[in-house]
Amino acid sequence: MPILGIIASGISGNLFTQGAFDSIATTTLGSSTATITFSSIPSTYTHLQLRMYGVSNATNRICIAYNSDTTTSNYNSHYIEGNGSTDYAGNVTGVAGNTYFTQSTTQPFSSIVDILDYANTNKYKVQRALSGNDANGSGTISMYSSLWLNTNAITSLTITITSTTFAANSSFALYGIKAA
Amino acid sequence: MAKDNTYQAIATTTATGSTTSVTLSSIPGTYTDLVLILQGGPGSSGNSLYVQINSDTGSNYSTTDIWGDGTNAESGRTTSATFIRILGRGIGASNNLSNSSVTSFMNYSNTTTHKTLLNRSNPASAGATATVGLWRSTSAITSLTVTSESGNLISGSTFTLYGIKAA
Repeated sequence: MPILGIIASGISGNLFTQGAFDSIATTTLGSSTATITFSSIPSTYTHLQLRMYGVSNATNRICIAYNSDTTTSNYNSHYIEGNGSTDYAGNVTGVAGNTYFTQSTTQPFSSIVDILDYANTNKYKVQRALSGNDANGSGTISMYSSLWLNTNAITSLTITITSTTFAANSSFALYGIKAA
Repeated sequence: MAKDNTYQAIATTTATGSTTSVTLSSIPGTYTDLVLILQGGPGSSGNSLYVQINSDTGSNYSTTDIWGDGTNAESGRTTSATFIRILGRGIGASNNLSNSSVTSFMNYSNTTTHKTLLNRSNPASAGATATVGLWRSTSAITSLTVTSESGNLISGSTFTLYGIKAA
């Protein structure tokens, strides 16, 4: 139950009913790492949310592959993005599910990815992402919608950044959202 | 796997119309991310609400944003600013309660890296905005102050802060 009606500062409560928004797994990197995998994802939720925060050791594209599927023709993405002066939109093919193209090797990026109806075996899977990276004078903000052309339930996520690594202290947290 | 209370309300406050800002303080460091949800507006139409962290009024903030007003889409930037707008940067908000904003403060308690936020805001009848913000500090975030850019916060504006726990 939403609790937006709470009016007294300091009152505690839950945005979701107990156990409706669960932490599945979290990884914080101890050293630079190229690939992060969340496996054995249970199918007991309705949606997944992946929250990423970190620094990339070179600017490049963050992708999410499902169930170890590296056939890039199975993925497609569209995005709208702003770079502080210009807005633009595009379509990306030939790589796994896109979430962002990092812009800085010193300032952290953030990305919140919703993976909808991930366990449904009757439809292709869609992820949407809000991502950004500001470096006090440069950076981008973007919204991606990505499609995985597969009806299998998603049981694993493999997060990569093309041709580089995520720096130490980058964190990746996966949550499950239940239906009523 | 943690099952209980992953997404918790930390505090809620409602503006009375007599102040320009509200502060959510004594934020515990026990979560991974913070989420601030507000519905309300500035005292003067066409302005925004902005956030400052840990009472820092220095030029330590910057943003990159994109917005659309129903006709045009544009992108803008602030550098070495003294705050981060979290309600309709570029298009402004109406001085009523029909504006909404959701801001995630990512990895807010780590003391190694600078802090970023992701914001989506919807000023009533004006458009939609997405913003990434940077606070160039390695301090853990312990307080957030939200201020009306012009006039007092509209009475009835609500500000609710949530914490999301990791596994």
